[in-house]
Amino acid sequence: MPGVDDPKTVTAALDMAGLDALIAALAERGYRVIGPMVADDAVVYDEIASSADLPAGVGDEQDGGRYRLRARGDGALFGYTVAPQGWKRLLHPPRQKMFAARRQDGGFAILPPEPAAAPMAFLGVRACELAAIGIQSRVFGDEAAGDPGYRGRLARSFVVAVECAEAGGTCFCASMGTGPQVEAGFDIRLVELAGHDRHVFLADAGSAKGAEMLSGLNAPPAPEADRAEARRRVSAAAGAMGRTMPAATARRLGEHAEHRRWADIGKRCLSCGNCTMVCPTCFCTTVEDVTDLKGEHAERWRTWDSCFSIDFSYIHGGAIRNEVRSRYRQWITHKLSAWHEQFGTSGCVGCGRCITWCPVGIDITEEVQAIHADGKGR
Amino acid sequence: MTAAMRDPMLPRPFRIEKVRRELSDTFTMELVPAEGGGFAFAAGQFNMLYVFGIGEVPISISGDPGDGGKLIHTTRAVGAVTRAMDSMRAGDVVGVRGPFGTPWPVEEAFGHDLVFVAGGVGLAPLRPAIYQAMANRQRFGKVVVLYGARTPDDILFRRELERWRGRFDMEVHVTVDRGNPKWSGNVGVVPNLIAHAGFDPLSTTAFVCGPEVMMRYTALALEKNGVGREGIFLSMERNMKCGCGLCGHCQWGPHFVCKDGPVYRYDRIADLLAIREL
Repeated sequence: MPGVDDPKTVTAALDMAGLDALIAALAERGYRVIGPMVADDAVVYDEIASSADLPAGVGDEQDGGRYRLRARGDGALFGYTVAPQGWKRLLHPPRQKMFAARRQDGGFAILPPEPAAAPMAFLGVRACELAAIGIQSRVFGDEAAGDPGYRGRLARSFVVAVECAEAGGTCFCASMGTGPQVEAGFDIRLVELAGHDRHVFLADAGSAKGAEMLSGLNAPPAPEADRAEARRRVSAAAGAMGRTMPAATARRLGEHAEHRRWADIGKRCLSCGNCTMVCPTCFCTTVEDVTDLKGEHAERWRTWDSCFSIDFSYIHGGAIRNEVRSRYRQWITHKLSAWHEQFGTSGCVGCGRCITWCPVGIDITEEVQAIHADGKGR
Repeated sequence: MTAAMRDPMLPRPFRIEKVRRELSDTFTMELVPAEGGGFAFAAGQFNMLYVFGIGEVPISISGDPGDGGKLIHTTRAVGAVTRAMDSMRAGDVVGVRGPFGTPWPVEEAFGHDLVFVAGGVGLAPLRPAIYQAMANRQRFGKVVVLYGARTPDDILFRRELERWRGRFDMEVHVTVDRGNPKWSGNVGVVPNLIAHAGFDPLSTTAFVCGPEVMMRYTALALEKNGVGREGIFLSMERNMKCGCGLCGHCQWGPHFVCKDGPVYRYDRIADLLAIREL
C-alpha cells in the first residue's frame, strides 16, 4: 500500500517495453499482477502476464442500461473508462471463507486459517476506483472491530493508478470530487499518451515503494511538453462529464424519507441488485454455514449481499423493507447521506457503474436531481 | 487468549450447563466457556450464538451481569438456528461471539424512579437490568415492572414476576392481550398500565423492550404521562449477521443497530421510529 512519504521523483516516460518491464518487475517481486483485459465482451480485471494481455485499442460506450465495447482506432491500452467490476472483488472477495471447524469432544474446534494468498499488484486503477478503495478501507478499517482481511490485503498490494484522459458515458467523478486526477493512494501513477506517431506512459511515484520500483526501470524523464499535454487531456476529461450530483441534497436525502419520488422509482426499479454488485463501495455481506454430509466438518462463508433483496432486512415475522421503494430509498440514502455520518465521506465516487448496469437505466444523479428540484425554495 | 487478541468473527465454544423450558416455544440456556474463564457483559448487550454447521443468530443476554461465571440466554424458537438450539441438551456446545451493543444505562438512572416496560419475550433483554437495579435497590426511588404478554400461557419468567410482585420494594403489573377463563388479571395492551403505575414522571427513567409497535406506543404513553424523551430508552431489533457493523444488515437510517444500539435514547430515534419500512 502507498505510504505517506513524498518522494521527489521526476516524471518518467515509459514506452511499451518500459511498461512490460514494470509488469515483469512486479511479478518478479512476488505480486500477482492484475490488470484489464477483454473477456465476454467486457473489460475485466484479471491476472495478466504482459502488456499483450491489455485491451489494446478498446474503448467503451456507456449509458443508462447500456455497455458496449468499441474499437478506438488507436492502440491505447487504457482507452476504456471503468470495467463493470472494479477492484472490490479482489480486496473484498464475493465469497470468502470465515472459518472452518470440526466436531470434537462433543463440541467443536475452529481450525487454523489458511495461509494468505500472494500479494497483488493492481495495474490500471482509476481515480474513482482509488477513492472507492479508500472508502472501503475506512468501512473495514476500525482497529477495534475491523476486518483484518481487507486491510491486510490492501497493505500488501501495489497500486499502479491510471488517470483518465477521456470521460466515460456515465461518469460523474468530477462532481463527486474524486477524479479524474489521481491525487493520492497510489504507488505509481500513469497517464497514457497514445497517438499515431508515439505511445508513452508518463509515470511518477506516490510512495517510497513506487519510487524504488520506478527508478529500477531506468526510464528517461518525460519532456515538459508531454506532461502539459497529459494535464490538458485529464482536465478536458473532467469538463466532459455529462452528469452532476447535487451535493447538498444528496447529503440530506435522509430528510426526504417520505418524498413521493420514492414511489415513482419503486415502479421502475426491478430490485435486481445489479447496482450494489457493481458499486465499488457497497460492502454488505451475508454468511452461509455449511457442513459435510457426515456433519463432522463445518465452514462459514461470507458472500456479498444486497439491500435490494427482501431477505436482507428479514427478522422473525417478516422483512422490514417489503416495498421496492423502501429498498431503493435505503440504498441511495445510505450511499449518499447516512455514509457521511457513518464514515465521514459520501459513499459514492461517481464511477457511473450503477447507471450503466441498471437494466432499466435508473440514474442516481437524475433521481437526486428530481428531489433537489422539488425541494428548492423550501 | 486475551479478549483483545480474539478475532471478533470467530465463535468461542461454550458448553450448555442447563436448559430450562420457559414457554412452549421459549427456553433458557446456561452456558459456560468450554476453555474456562467467565463472561463479562453489560445489561442490554447481546451475543451471536452459533449452532455447529447450522448458522448464527443474535440473542440478547438474559442473565445477571453481576454473576460473571455463567452466561444466560433466553430464546424463542422461530427459525432454523433457534429451533436447532431448542433441541440441544446439557453438555452440548454452542459458539458465542460477543458481547455486542450498547447497554441499558442503569447507573445513569441512579436517583430516579425506574420503570421497566416489556412486551412478550422482550422481558428477556430487560431482566439483566432488573437484576442490576435490584442489586442497587437503595440507589433508586420506585422500581416498577410493567409486562404484557399475548395470553396467560405466554407470560415469560412467571414465577420470577410473582416473586418480584411479592416484594415490598417493587411494583409489578402484568396484562395480557387475551385472557382465558382462569385469568382474572388485567386484559389490554401494556401502554394501558402506565397510567396506573405510581412513579414520578419528572424523575423517571424508563427502559422499554418488545415488538417495535409496542415500544412506539409505550414511548408515546410515557410521554403523555409526563416522562421526558431523554428519560426513555428502547432496545431495537434488526437483522444481524456480524454484530460489529461490517455486514450492513442492521442499518436503520445512519445507525448500525448492532453497535450504535440496540439500546437507544428515545429522543435520538423518535424521528426514525415514525418512518415506515426504514
